[in-house]
Amino acid sequence: MQAFETDAGQGEPVLRMTGITKRFGAVTANEDVSFALQPGEVIALLGENGAGKTTLMNILFGQYAPDEGSVEVFGETLPRGNPRAALSAGVGMVHQHFTLAGNLTVWENIVLGTQPLGKLSLSPAAVRARITALAQKFHLKVDPNAKVGKLTVGERQRVEILKALYRKSRILILDEPTAVLTPQETDDLFATLREAVALGLSIIFISHKLHEVMAISHRVLVLRHGRLVAERAVTDTNREELAALMVGSEVTAPDIPAMPAGPALLSLRDVHATGLNGVTLDLPAGQITGLAGVSGNGQAALFDLISGLNPVRSGAFTILGQTPAHWTPRAALETGVGRIPEDRHTTGSIADFDLTENAILETYATKFSRKGWMNWGRARAATEHLIATYDVRCPGPQTRIRLLSGGNMQKLILGRVLEEAPKIILANQPVRGLDIGAVNYVHGRLAAARESGAAVLLISEDLEEIMTLSDRIHVISEGRLSPAFARGSVTVAELGKWMAGDGEGSHAA
Amino acid sequence: MRLEPISNAGPARKLLPPVLAILASFVVAAVLALVAGGDPFAVFGLIFKGAFGSKFALLETLNRATPLIFTGLAVAVAFRAKLWNIGAEAQFYAGAVVTAALGAGAIGLSSVFLLPILAITSALAGAFILLIPALLKTRFKVDEVVTTLLFNFIFLLFVSYLLEGPLKDPMGMGWPKSARLIPEARLPRIVEGLRLHWGFALALICAVALYVIDRKTTLGFEMRAVGQNVEAARFAGIPVTKVILKTALLSGGLAALGGFSEVAGLKGSLTLDLSPGFGYTGIVVAMLALLNPLGVVAAALFVAAIFVGADSMSRAIGVPTYLADIMLASALLMMVLAILFTKFRIRRD
Repeated sequence: MQAFETDAGQGEPVLRMTGITKRFGAVTANEDVSFALQPGEVIALLGENGAGKTTLMNILFGQYAPDEGSVEVFGETLPRGNPRAALSAGVGMVHQHFTLAGNLTVWENIVLGTQPLGKLSLSPAAVRARITALAQKFHLKVDPNAKVGKLTVGERQRVEILKALYRKSRILILDEPTAVLTPQETDDLFATLREAVALGLSIIFISHKLHEVMAISHRVLVLRHGRLVAERAVTDTNREELAALMVGSEVTAPDIPAMPAGPALLSLRDVHATGLNGVTLDLPAGQITGLAGVSGNGQAALFDLISGLNPVRSGAFTILGQTPAHWTPRAALETGVGRIPEDRHTTGSIADFDLTENAILETYATKFSRKGWMNWGRARAATEHLIATYDVRCPGPQTRIRLLSGGNMQKLILGRVLEEAPKIILANQPVRGLDIGAVNYVHGRLAAARESGAAVLLISEDLEEIMTLSDRIHVISEGRLSPAFARGSVTVAELGKWMAGDGEGSHAA
Repeated sequence: MRLEPISNAGPARKLLPPVLAILASFVVAAVLALVAGGDPFAVFGLIFKGAFGSKFALLETLNRATPLIFTGLAVAVAFRAKLWNIGAEAQFYAGAVVTAALGAGAIGLSSVFLLPILAITSALAGAFILLIPALLKTRFKVDEVVTTLLFNFIFLLFVSYLLEGPLKDPMGMGWPKSARLIPEARLPRIVEGLRLHWGFALALICAVALYVIDRKTTLGFEMRAVGQNVEAARFAGIPVTKVILKTALLSGGLAALGGFSEVAGLKGSLTLDLSPGFGYTGIVVAMLALLNPLGVVAAALFVAAIFVGADSMSRAIGVPTYLADIMLASALLMMVLAILFTKFRIRRD
């Protein structure tokens, strides 16, 4: 997609990225992305996790060399993959995870790395004076002599911004800057950013919080699956449209025949827990219940709660008609809850274990050991069966799982879950990062489990996936659920509204 | 230049670290031997001869390796589960204290009963000592590196108090040592006439047992899972806390058996210099063995040979025995570095 000229800002662009493509093996992280940043402009880069925002910024900052395309700053083409070049050209990045030394003072952190090696003529008084002047100019309240370890998160972020300004950055990149801030601190940050823009700096603001994007930026670039899918001036768009653009609105007709809902196998009534604020949810047998929402709104908390990792603080939790006294992962497994975790690398598998060891991770105690002794023969046979049944492409059961592609790793985890014939299946982002073939395979298997009477909870940030597969859809926002919408009874725009946190009426009680 | 992770290290790359480490330690030692005025090849020859050159030398090496196998196994089993037990020294002494206290006549049974009782109570004492830091870790997230390390000093002072007080040998002419064990409490020699006691055999049995536990049992599987990825283990329903506590019991017990073996097999009484840092050297042994239980036996023999051989070499040509410490230290450093290269390769940009 070609960048088009914008009416926000004027003159020559300070930054131009042209035709950026970056592939990691079979995965394309960025494909032909082009845009230009004008002086005094704030661009928001919007997109779901994995949409390619961070990769794009890492290319701009020289952390990665792009496979195709070029980066121009102030008219000069930057050498590929050189972070120092980006820095000295005036690009400053404020990372999501701060890169400060807690045992040093604010001013020491700011000068760290700016002094040429061997040069000793650093005058602390002059440095402090310059920092104080910068801090005043940009309304960044922070004591240059304070130890960074004693600062609040908001103050540390100000130090990071000062660090970039001290290096005479003219372009600031802020990666999810509000994720760690309170609303008050967010307001302060926005005031600073407006000040910076008024002084002629340009800003790229990475976020998936729609109201912040609307509040601070002039222009919004929407990335999806690594491609720039839309570019909007904030004056010409609204949150609903952005939400729909971000998650994809090409909804294809569902190819899953309707089925009558069975009894609720799991029900939550006004459940409060870490990350959840009064969730009421039923998972009926024979239905896929889709959970849509912008990431970080309580999806993981709900998944963990049903998995036995996030204790219920208040409210009623009923599973298969019982209220368990002690809900742990093992209890969940024994009750018949199958779980496909969001992160298959760190939660779903043990990288250096072989396929057999990973395949029996949840069942070793009940099925593959007797009186404390492992039955490896049976475990290997079961794994071979799993590999054949679920089409896991691998050299054999003794292969370490880290060598498998994402799709094959996911098939093994899927097989591990489905072989136990679970009555309730939790699938959190089950197809993230998979190629089309694997996506269809996983979806087909989930649909088949539903037909055999299982209650499936499908959590996804991809609305298309949710709308294709789900019989009923909830939207989660700030730890609360929308009412359930039956298949076909809701539009993308309506879901977008709920995702943005302002659905019609009140949240379901 | 930067480090790039290697997805699949071949067996050659895996075996490289110990080989490289030992070679590097020889190179460092050779330089130092030259500085000390000795011919490196003569020095290595004498070390080898001193460690393996005669029946007496060989037995001395095996005797010296015995406590190191126990502490090495204790460290290896704990480290595998990512329980950082730096307190094998205290656990070793705990076993020694129990053996000295109960073996000097407090229990009057024949060897067949008394020795197992001493071994089991010693192991329980060591297990208990590591259980405390393990509970602090699982309950309150207290760093076990700090607690186990500092407890070494506390326990050594406690042993010192015991040897000046309750355990002091009335016939010891004022020396801080415990009363001699009764003959029934002594571990017999494996072959009559050869100075090698059953503690060595017990150490080998423990190494094999640990290997079997690791590969064949449910607990071994759980310990490996917890050690490799605690998040995935917890998610899969493995009782992580229980596994860590069981690991602590096993590790503390193994180190304490070393103390039992040393008192009942070799020394016959407890003194403050019973261990010249066996607990700490156990860490070196375990690391050189890549935390493999059978590797621990080989690594302990290597370390013991260096110490025993260096003693003999020093007596012959006057190069200081510190050479042994330096060889071990450089082997450990090189090992840590070399392990890095099983996981990463250097790339030039």
